[in-house]
Amino acid sequence: MSITVEINGEARRLEGPLSVAALLHLLDLPREKVALERNREIVPRSFYDTVMIEGGDRLEIVHFIGGG
Amino acid sequence: MGVEVSAVEQDENVSHDSWEIAGRKFSSRLIIGTGKYKDYQQNADAAVAAGAEIVTVAVRRVNLSDPNSPMLIDYIDPKKYVFLPNTAGCFTGEDAVRTLRLAREAGGWDLVKLEVLGDEKTLYPNMPETLRAAELLIKDGFQVMVYCSDDPIMAKRLEEIGCCAIMPLAAPIGSGLGVQNPINIRLIIEQANVPVLVDAGVGTASDAAIAMELGCDGVLMNTAIAEAKNPILMAEAMRHAVIAGRQAYLAGRMPKRLYADPSSPLAGLI
Repeated sequence: MSITVEINGEARRLEGPLSVAALLHLLDLPREKVALERNREIVPRSFYDTVMIEGGDRLEIVHFIGGG
Repeated sequence: MGVEVSAVEQDENVSHDSWEIAGRKFSSRLIIGTGKYKDYQQNADAAVAAGAEIVTVAVRRVNLSDPNSPMLIDYIDPKKYVFLPNTAGCFTGEDAVRTLRLAREAGGWDLVKLEVLGDEKTLYPNMPETLRAAELLIKDGFQVMVYCSDDPIMAKRLEEIGCCAIMPLAAPIGSGLGVQNPINIRLIIEQANVPVLVDAGVGTASDAAIAMELGCDGVLMNTAIAEAKNPILMAEAMRHAVIAGRQAYLAGRMPKRLYADPSSPLAGLI
């Protein structure tokens, strides 16, 4: 089943159902180096395997970069 | 001016000169930023040369088109350095809380640097919003080191609401103008019961030394090192400057006099 979500402000079509962990794997992002917000709620890392992405979700995936 | 300490106490102070922030002990009083460097490797080398134990970091969206682009934490190890996530780019308390909650999830740290800017040209802090954001963050369990104006009344207020460090600017962010208002920095230090750090505005080593001679507990800088022609050498210079300024503060400087006072005795002149 194809779903559309917004990741970091960009619309993306994904093959669902998939978990947060599966999404990070798909995006080639190491889970221990990022933090993720789903519909403005933080998804704790320990929930990545159980929280499922749904159509219409708005996701923010962030990491640390250089800053002052 | 100066602290009243015996010679023995002074020696103790210099050799075991550590400071504490939110229950954590540090020996380096120089915090460096991780922005504006040529690359993360140069940044990592500068952190070593500076002898830093704490580095500030920003929280931003990952680059989805290039997930394999270099990541800061591959160069600067969060196990070796305390990461101090900042709220750069946040203009409201809610933005700051949202950003730092993500930082806490990414790194597990609750020690954070709050900065809420109010003007793009001067990057001056928006103090009413900074106060509000600090309250929100403290309520949410964060230990807040706060970037602020050099107004002693605002500094006091930030301490009263529970900020763990007060960080007034020496001069506007990235300006390199040095300590513009030493009187206010000194007033803030004298009234504070939490660490006071000069954050922003340092341009060269003497600026850092001046901040430390005023009695600051530490100095936070980014551009002064990152934009030096040789950032690694400047990082080392800053390490020395912060130590020198600290030691001069502890040593207690001589009084200033209007006229000369000979160093060689006048008695016994032929």
